[in-house]
Amino acid sequence: MFDNLSDKFQRIFKNLRGQGKLTEENIREALREVRMALLEADVHYKVAKDFVTGIAERAVGQEVMTSLTPGQQVIKIVNEALTDLMGGQSEPLRLIGKPPVCLLMVGLQGSGKTTTTAKLARKLVQEHRKPCLVPADVYRPAAIEQLVTLAGQINLPVYPSTVRQKPEEIAREAQGYAREHNCDTLIVDTAGRLHIDTELMGELGRLKEILQPAEILLVADAMTGQDAVQVASAFHETLGLSGVILTKLDGDARGGAALSIRAVTRCPIKFIGLGEKLDALEVFHPDRMSSRILGMGDVLSMIEKA
Amino acid sequence: HKTREQFINRMDRLVLGRKKIDMDLLDELEEVLITSDLGVRTTQLLLEKVADKIKRQELKDPQKLRDQLREEITRILSVESSAWDPRSARPFVIMIIGVNGVGKTTTIGKLAHQFKSEGLKVMLVAADTFRAAAVEQLSLWGERVNVPVVKQKSGSDPSAVAFDAMDAAVSRGMDIVLLDTAGRMHTKVNLMEELKKVQRVVNRKDPSAPHEILLVLDASTGQNALSQARLFKEEIGVTGLILTKLDGTAKGGIIVAISDELQLPVRYIGIGESLDDLRPFDPEEFTRALF
Ligand SMILES: Nc1nc2c(ncn2[C@@H]2O[C@H](COP(=O)(O)OP(=O)(O)OP(=O)(O)O)[C@@H](O)[C@H]2O)c(=O)[nH]1
Ligand SMILES: Nc1nc2c(ncn2[C@@H]2O[C@H](COP(=O)(O)OP(=O)(O)OP(=O)(O)O)[C@@H](O)[C@H]2O)c(=O)[nH]1
Ligand SMILES: [Mg+2]
Ligand SMILES: [Mg+2]
Repeated sequence: MFDNLSDKFQRIFKNLRGQGKLTEENIREALREVRMALLEADVHYKVAKDFVTGIAERAVGQEVMTSLTPGQQVIKIVNEALTDLMGGQSEPLRLIGKPPVCLLMVGLQGSGKTTTTAKLARKLVQEHRKPCLVPADVYRPAAIEQLVTLAGQINLPVYPSTVRQKPEEIAREAQGYAREHNCDTLIVDTAGRLHIDTELMGELGRLKEILQPAEILLVADAMTGQDAVQVASAFHETLGLSGVILTKLDGDARGGAALSIRAVTRCPIKFIGLGEKLDALEVFHPDRMSSRILGMGDVLSMIEKA
Repeated sequence: HKTREQFINRMDRLVLGRKKIDMDLLDELEEVLITSDLGVRTTQLLLEKVADKIKRQELKDPQKLRDQLREEITRILSVESSAWDPRSARPFVIMIIGVNGVGKTTTIGKLAHQFKSEGLKVMLVAADTFRAAAVEQLSLWGERVNVPVVKQKSGSDPSAVAFDAMDAAVSRGMDIVLLDTAGRMHTKVNLMEELKKVQRVVNRKDPSAPHEILLVLDASTGQNALSQARLFKEEIGVTGLILTKLDGTAKGGIIVAISDELQLPVRYIGIGESLDDLRPFDPEEFTRALF
């Protein structure tokens, strides 16, 4: 019923094949379709508009490589632009500073913070760090138990928070606890909250003050629609995010939110979540995300060889 | 809600003071619809409907255009369906399903609270045996609302939990059974099979059950919600929807496309994390809040 994005692109670009040169006229229709396809992938309205304008500027007047058809040439441009927009290269965590180095996990309700906290810890253990997990969600029923259970699965220490504590108190005490347990890294899981909840956003601000985190990571659901822009920019304005983790990419969401979030925050997307299990976390590769959105593995590898 | 009372909404601002309908207005309208997550196709459909009238000069007034769009959307959202009647069977079994983290367990707490305040005897069933501390989470909701929770230890077979629960509900004279299930991607075949098995077990105990299978959707989800609704409907047979997290800035416009294509009624909306943050769905009110 709905074409997926890649079908759509493939169809568009087939129409362009056999034409010698990219001109404003022969790409107009294609650009309109590109814009529609991006919108269907949940890329924000304005982000999609700017993207298409950028493509037009890049494409028109460009010499078509002799080894490529004009259609392939446009795919190349779209793919490069998408990859650029998402940051070019993958970016590692920056865990610099006096230990225990802190990572603060923030985001909307249900985006995957608690699960991702444990996934990241597992990853850091593999890199020979000693993380300590800190449950600072005292609101959601059984949030602490959830993180404690996950930590148990990977044998990691957890600061023993209780729901009677304030998150600020937990943050303060967890630092000492980590030192006592010879941990060099703190990963602090916070309660899900709405970006318009000034009280709870204020709480995050205070946690930041106390913890002086090396990384403040926005955990965002890859299925998010147009609202991703508002959410990401609000969190970024309040906290100054250092990175983004995109979860639930194991479904069939096209993940346009990746583009939107990146475009409004300029923050690198550092990891992606690909499942509920703790090993389902991967480094984010902008080029792969772009070709995931484009879905044209074959064509792209052909272009790379050209 | 609050946003509607405090501010003039986007649609009103758009048409306010405009004398005629022009391309600019239609462009801005498209932006409003798309950014509310209605999707390209539904937006085009809606605009095509009015485009003809505008061309034939039957529609000239921007405010009338707004009203017509609202009417059309409200019409689409007013899906005809069988009545919502939890007193039509005893126990009335409601299965809650959906992808990860949309608000299933929380919604069960809210529903339990509502049924209980209507004087019904409610039982919760912890058939999410997979996610860490899911059983504890539901148990805490059970304590909050003061209703019994049927559970086994984490990792046990969800259909075994459902099996026991059906017996317990009958022997304890329950009016309502609310069955919590683990979040799962609609694209994961084995997990969908697991859900079917739970459904079969319930159905074997009572051929009229489950009486409702409610799919929970997160209002901040974009176009993927349509794929979720399609696959859950196809595989499990959804009877209704619950749209959560409408207290944020997301509009949940994808529900228009879902209503249009799948004819599934929205039973409730979630507007917060507390017990009484559940409201019946009102198509007209929803449409106004949409833009
Ligand atoms: N399929 C899939 N599920 C995920 C992924 N990451 C997390 N989840 C699931 O999403 C649901 C919510 O995850 P949580 O880690 O509890 O999310 P949270 O942000 O901590 O939620 P709150 O604390 O309530 O705000 C759970 O069912 C997780 O198992 C992912 O990458 N893929
Ligand atoms: N703001 C807001 N948050 C909600 C609403 N409904 C649920 N939540 C929150 O969303 C998060 C996830 O809710 P759950 O009930 O655990 O979701 P779930 O679908 O059971 O999650 P899994 O079982 O892990 O798949 C929690 O933090 C809830 O408090 C709502 O209507 N508004
Ligand atoms: Mg959590
Ligand atoms: Mg749940």
